[in-house]
Amino acid sequence: MTTEIEVSLYVLVLAVPLGLELVRRVSPLLHTPLMSLTNAISAISVVGAILVSGAEGSPALSKTLGVIAVMFATINIVAGFLITDRMLKMFKKKEGSK
Amino acid sequence: MNDSFWQAAYIIGALCVVLSIKWLNSPATARRGVFAGEFGMLLAIIGTLLRAEVVDYQWIFIAMIAGSAIGAPLAYLMPMTSVPQLTALSHAFGALAAALVGTAEFYNDVAAGEPTTGFKMVAIVIESLLGYLTTTASLMAFGKLQELVPTRPMTYKGQNIINLALFVFAAVLGVWMVLMPAPPWVFPAFIGLSLLFGVLLIMPIGGGDMPTVIALLNSYAGAAAAAMGFVLENKLLIIAGSLNAASGFILSVIMCKAMNRSFSNVLFGAFGQAQTTSAAQAQTKPVKSATPEDAASILESARRVIVVPGYGMAVAQAQHKLRELSDLLGKKGVQVDFAIHPVAGRMPGHMNVLLAEADIPYDRLFEMEDINQDFAECDVALVIGANDVVNPAARHDKTSPIYGMPILDVDKAHTVMVIKRSMNPGFAGIDNELYYLDKTLMLFGDAKGFTAEIVKELSAHK
Repeated sequence: MTTEIEVSLYVLVLAVPLGLELVRRVSPLLHTPLMSLTNAISAISVVGAILVSGAEGSPALSKTLGVIAVMFATINIVAGFLITDRMLKMFKKKEGSK
Repeated sequence: MNDSFWQAAYIIGALCVVLSIKWLNSPATARRGVFAGEFGMLLAIIGTLLRAEVVDYQWIFIAMIAGSAIGAPLAYLMPMTSVPQLTALSHAFGALAAALVGTAEFYNDVAAGEPTTGFKMVAIVIESLLGYLTTTASLMAFGKLQELVPTRPMTYKGQNIINLALFVFAAVLGVWMVLMPAPPWVFPAFIGLSLLFGVLLIMPIGGGDMPTVIALLNSYAGAAAAAMGFVLENKLLIIAGSLNAASGFILSVIMCKAMNRSFSNVLFGAFGQAQTTSAAQAQTKPVKSATPEDAASILESARRVIVVPGYGMAVAQAQHKLRELSDLLGKKGVQVDFAIHPVAGRMPGHMNVLLAEADIPYDRLFEMEDINQDFAECDVALVIGANDVVNPAARHDKTSPIYGMPILDVDKAHTVMVIKRSMNPGFAGIDNELYYLDKTLMLFGDAKGFTAEIVKELSAHK
């Protein structure tokens, strides 16, 4: 029988090589934007933070931790995406053309 | 709202995350990549907010508004030289969020009267360990990059043994909690150890190794998010987290290769210790120096010039003057290219961003392996603020601490010009034999000031 854990492990086993392949193709020119973008993506943990802080009847401690986590994750998301876009805007092919 | 909505949102979100990284492979599609990432994140957040379990919105919205209010100015006000610091700080926030969620999950189960053990606890232990460790380690890296903490490696006797002992202790506590419900003090102790371990991990690492470390912390932050995916049985978190972990891992491997060092050497080697001896005899040998006028006329009569910028150039804020120089030379029919060493700058690819900020078109920027063979045919190699990455000792001097590190072969150019403040050996304290070659002209001065003077000379010749 396939359990939830087993499915999760399959996902992991597929996602890691996919990530390795995708990142290997990124031009070294863009390694800094790549890092800030993946940094923003890692803040997907905001999903967990929302679930913990928004759930009905969860203890006050968990709720508080969750709300703090939502704030930190949001800082991470906003700063990560904005700085990535700010950097990529600067990459131009020819002088003068925008 | 029924379950299929958020499930669909998560699946599309996961696809967006994958596409986002795929589109980042070339500058032409990169901004589309950012958009895909943002869209994926938005779907994930909206999907989650609409889940039936989430009933309490007020505090979530307040936290989100506060987070945006802090995050946006951070991203817009940080100068481009500080992108590594911002990334480190951002890692700390993200990792802390993951760690707090792990902690909350743990205490939820405690409060429900059924402390977690087994597989879910394995995931919580990994999530909390990586989360807390990455938080303090990233803050330390931020401190070192911002020079709030001494950038020199801080070492003491038995450091590695103490670190290892701490890690083993934390691991024992972790295993204990997985196998059986442990006493209430165990989880807080585990958190404390993880936080402490993060600090100790970064202490012995020198400023020069920060590119590798930031990439590694990026990887840990991703792994923590993936572990959270296992705790919450959420596939989107597993996918996004492991993509991020893979990305950070590859980048740190690339950085290690660019410095010819192994992971363990970066983490435990305390770079910058052994070399102080070789730096002593530096000032005695003769060097040739030149004035801005000389430099301008040599550059003007060249056909091809390759500029090698290093972090020193960025510190001096010389990149805008450098662009003026390359524009002027371009108008005079000189081909000007830029050779970028993988570890130029403070994080992977940092130098490209700094030059792009100065409006230097990216098709003039070349990676080391693409341009190294061209040095033999170029008339002038102009080195600005780079040192170790152009030291020929890395090729032949087995006693040199940088022996084996891939370098830019500037010594093969017809003429080498080095803009440098003085003959003081650089941060790593390694003497550079390039400076004593017959073909090398030392241009003593501030990178920005000297470049400006060359620019002035060149425009006067018009």
